[in-house]
Amino acid sequence: MIPVVVVCIYLVIIGVIGSLAFRKSKANTEDFFLANRAVGSMVFFLSIFATNMTAFAILGSSGQAYRQGIGIYGLMASSSGFVIPLTIFFIGTRLWAIGKRFGHQTQVSFFRDRWECSAIGTVIFALSVAMLVPYMIISIMGGGRVLTDISGGRVVYPLGCAVVALVVTANVFFGGMRGTVWVNVFQTLLFLLFGAVAVAVISHSLPGSFGDYIQKIATNPKTRYLVTRERMPERYFWSYTLIPLSSIMFPHMAIMCFAARRITAFKRTVMLYPLAILAIWLPCVFLGVLGSQLEPGLKNPDGILLHLLTDHAPVWLAGILGAGIISAVMGSDTHQVLAVSTMFTKDVFAHYGGKAKYGERGSVHFARGFIVVVTLIAYVVALITPASIFELAVRFAFSGFAAMAPVMIAALFWKRSTKYGALASTLWVASWLLLTWYLQNISDASAPGPGKPPLLIFPALGHLFERTIVNVTVFGFLPVVPMVLGSAVCMIVVSLLTSPPSAETIAKYFPKQMSETPGQGADAESAIEQFAAKGR
Amino acid sequence: MKLKTCLLTVLLAVVYVLHQDFWNWKEAYPLVFGFLPIGLAYQAGYSILAAAMMAVLVWAAWPKHLENVESEVQDSKGVRS
Repeated sequence: MIPVVVVCIYLVIIGVIGSLAFRKSKANTEDFFLANRAVGSMVFFLSIFATNMTAFAILGSSGQAYRQGIGIYGLMASSSGFVIPLTIFFIGTRLWAIGKRFGHQTQVSFFRDRWECSAIGTVIFALSVAMLVPYMIISIMGGGRVLTDISGGRVVYPLGCAVVALVVTANVFFGGMRGTVWVNVFQTLLFLLFGAVAVAVISHSLPGSFGDYIQKIATNPKTRYLVTRERMPERYFWSYTLIPLSSIMFPHMAIMCFAARRITAFKRTVMLYPLAILAIWLPCVFLGVLGSQLEPGLKNPDGILLHLLTDHAPVWLAGILGAGIISAVMGSDTHQVLAVSTMFTKDVFAHYGGKAKYGERGSVHFARGFIVVVTLIAYVVALITPASIFELAVRFAFSGFAAMAPVMIAALFWKRSTKYGALASTLWVASWLLLTWYLQNISDASAPGPGKPPLLIFPALGHLFERTIVNVTVFGFLPVVPMVLGSAVCMIVVSLLTSPPSAETIAKYFPKQMSETPGQGADAESAIEQFAAKGR
Repeated sequence: MKLKTCLLTVLLAVVYVLHQDFWNWKEAYPLVFGFLPIGLAYQAGYSILAAAMMAVLVWAAWPKHLENVESEVQDSKGVRS
C-alpha cells in the first residue's frame, strides 16, 4: 500500500503545480498554448525531453531488453541520441524563428502560409491527428497499467486509467503549456534519477555481482544472444536510425520549439539530450537483460523493472521509483493532449472563423472544452479497445512522422518546394501506412516464432515483402526506409514539375537576413510588419 | 561550399556511420568495468560521442543570424505602436 500512497502524494504535487500555473495564466491562446513563448533554457530542455520520453523509455526498454538483449540500446537509444538533437538543432531552431517572426503556433499554420494553401494544411493536419491520437490513448493505457501493477492490483485498471486521465486533464486544462512545462521539470528530474537509483538499489541487494550474472548469460548458448546482437538483422538495425526523424515531426515536439523564450535555449538541449537518453536507457536496458536471469519466464516482460523493484527495493523507495515511471507516462501524455487541443483550436476552430467570431478568450474556452472532451473519449476508448491495436498504430505513427520530415525540411530550407510536392509526399506516406497495415494484418497468422527466419508474404514477389516475428519488412529493411526516401523523392520531383509560391512568400520566409549576415533584416522586418498588419 | 561546412558534414557522416558497429555484432567480450558487454558499452560511449558532436555543432555551426529575430520582432512591434 505504501507505493500507492507515495504515488498519490506525487499526483497531488502535480495538481498543485498545475494550479500555480493557472494563477499566472492570461486569457489568450499564445499564453495558454505556448506559455507566452517565454520558456527559459533549462526548463525548455527538461520539458522537451519529458515530451519525448514516454513510459516506453523505462518499461518498454527494459521489457524489450529482457526479450531481445542489449541490442535494444543501439537500436533505439543511441540512434535517438544522435538524430533527435540534430533535428532540434537544424529544424527546431528554424521553427522557433518563424514562430517568433510570424506568430505561428503549429506546423500546419506554417505549412499553410509557406505554400499559400489552406488545403495542404488540412491534409497534413488530418494525417498528423490520425497518427497522434493513438499515441495519446496508449499513454493513458500505460499509466493505468503501471498504477495497477504498482498497487499489486488494488487499483483496478479502469480506475488507474481514470486517475491518469484526470490528473493530465486537470494539469492541461488549468495550466496550459505553462502548467505542463512546470510539471515537466519535476517529472524529468524524477525519472532521470530513476535509472541510477534503481541500479544502485538492486546491485546492493543481489547476492552476486553484476559481472557474475552477465558471465552466466554470455556462457550459456541459449541466452548468449542477450549480450550480443546475433539475432538482430543488420538491415533492421540500420533502418531504425531513420525512426528518430519522427521526433521533431510529432506535433507536441514541434509546438514545444515555438515556446522557447530565446534561441539560445536550444544550445543546452542539443548538447545534453544524448546524455539524458544515456542516463535513462542504459540502466533500464541493463536491468532488463539482468532481469532475464533474476526473474525468468515472465509473461509480460514490460513489467520486469516493477518486479525487480518489488523484490529488491524497500517499499517506500519502490513507491518513489513508481512515481518516476508515472512521470514518464504523464510527461508525454500532457503534451500530447495539449498538442491535439492546440491543433484543433488553431488549425480548425480559429482557421475556419471561430477566432473571428468568438475572439481570443473564446478560443481559450474552446481549447479547454476540447481538452475535457478529447481526454474523456480517449479514456473510454482505452477501456473498450485492445491495447495491441494502438501499439501497432503507434509503431506506424513513428514511421509516418519520420517520413513527413522531408516535407518540413523542404518547407524550411528549399525555396523551390511547392504545395503539390508536399501533397504528393503526404499521400505517399498515407498510402504506405495503409499498405503496411494491410500487410501486417494478412501476415499476422503466419508470423514466424522467435529465432526463426522471416517468411515471404507474397512468394511471387520474392523478398520484397517479408514478415518477421513483429514487423513487415521491405527487402529486409523496415517500411520507414521506402517511406522516407519515397517522401523525399515525391517532394523533389513534384515540386520541380509545379509552380513555386509567389515571390512575396519566398522573400518572407527566405529574407536576405537568413543568408547568415546579421544586421540585414529589412526583408524580414517588412514581412513581419505585413503579417502584423493582416492580423494574426 | 565553405571548408568548415565540408568538414562538419564529413564529421557528421563519420559519427553516423560509427553507430553501425558491425565488428561488435556477435561479441559479448570484453566486459567493460567487469559487467558491461562490449556491444552495450560501445553504444553507451557512442551516446557520449553524440553529445560531443552536438557541442562541436553548437560551437562551429550555430545559426547566429537567428539570434537577431527577437530584436527584429521587438523593433517591428515598436514601429507599429
